[in-house]
Amino acid sequence: MHWTEYLNPLMQGAWLTVQLTLYSTILGAALAFAAGIGKTSRNHGIKAVAVTYIEVFRGTSLLVQLFWLYFALPILGQGIGLDLRLPPVVAGVLALALNIGAYGAEVVRGAIQAVSKDQFEAAKALNFTRRQTLWSVALPQAIPEMMPSFGNLAVQNLKDTALVSLISLGDLAFRAEQLRNFTQDSTTIYTMVLFMYFGMALVVTAMMKMLERYVGRWRSARG
Amino acid sequence: MLFGFEWDTSNDLVFAVSILPILLRGMIVTIEATFLGFFVALILGLIFAALKAAPLKIISWPAGLVTEFIRDTPLLIQLFFLYYVLPEYGLVFPAFLTGALALGLQYSAYTAEVYRAGIEAIAKGQHEAARALNFTSLRTFTHVVLPQAVPRIVPAMGNYLVSIMKDVPVLSVVTVLEMLNVAQIVGDRTFNYLVPLSMVGGLYMIMTLVASSGVRWLDQTLPKRGLSLK
Repeated sequence: MHWTEYLNPLMQGAWLTVQLTLYSTILGAALAFAAGIGKTSRNHGIKAVAVTYIEVFRGTSLLVQLFWLYFALPILGQGIGLDLRLPPVVAGVLALALNIGAYGAEVVRGAIQAVSKDQFEAAKALNFTRRQTLWSVALPQAIPEMMPSFGNLAVQNLKDTALVSLISLGDLAFRAEQLRNFTQDSTTIYTMVLFMYFGMALVVTAMMKMLERYVGRWRSARG
Repeated sequence: MLFGFEWDTSNDLVFAVSILPILLRGMIVTIEATFLGFFVALILGLIFAALKAAPLKIISWPAGLVTEFIRDTPLLIQLFFLYYVLPEYGLVFPAFLTGALALGLQYSAYTAEVYRAGIEAIAKGQHEAARALNFTSLRTFTHVVLPQAVPRIVPAMGNYLVSIMKDVPVLSVVTVLEMLNVAQIVGDRTFNYLVPLSMVGGLYMIMTLVASSGVRWLDQTLPKRGLSLK
């Protein structure tokens, strides 16, 4: 087979990789904000949930989390009489989002706590509620600070999507393995796949840079 | 039965106790792969850092591109690449070595940055002072730069050691019998994935907690202003 014939199946896989990256990054960002803000909460219950989530998902391996959701969770469901069998795509997106969300949560927490103390005191002096302080004072200054780390995490997440091929999702890594089994032409296939991931990472980086520039305006002027 | 240990599936607790020695066998492989991968990452990263800092653009630019490429591509694909492509050129390694090599390669892109940041953090004035005192550049490096760079570099490297540990399960795809692979095998044979996989999660929590408290200890113990040479 000529290398151009590999392009079609690989592009199909790459499309799934793009979708997985997009969905899990968005869901992961939501989790990151929820857990990151939760960790700064004064409510002990909320704080405990956030800390436990962050520690568990940062403390274990992504592949372990993925396999647990895909292989172990259905058995747990059986035990308690629930059908918790997840389709591979749901298990994949969920594992990726939970994992990247836990890393993102630390970024969110760090950025919120890095907002100068004077700002919180000023908000208090102006009789802002805690919610108003968070939304109108802390986050508009903290979010631009989070963006460089979020950019790294988004690329990390793109790379991590390759692992979902191990629960039989037909992403780029899976298609590559299929083609290799079929043609034994490992050098060509894996070189192409490496460059495809590299290209996608460059696009993700560029998009995150654009987003960074967009939210960077929040820091100075607020309408 | 695995590694000569029988399991007892009469109930979940008994099962968990009976497979613990099997999982610990896997854990030893995980730890070995972590340290070997880390060692490779430290050496390769140092080479990349030196190349990237080269005064000649013709050396530093390709080195920067290569590390960027390594950093932006998945470990899994790099592993497959090494595992399937190297033998075509007559380089046949055991799966464990190929795996550790892949881990080291992936993380060398990160450790190179740590070296660079640690060395660049030393103020320019210190280089000038060393020059004024007629230090040779070698002596400046060993007596001025290194003692201050090491306390910055070591904790950051420790964090990557923990990251490598969490990436070791990827090596299971090339048949390395690390902890997750062992748990999968137990699950395949007993149809009970819940217990072994949950135990792997718990054991991972313990390993990373121990490793990160070690890193924190190092961070607090190393003198911030530099190691004393006397």
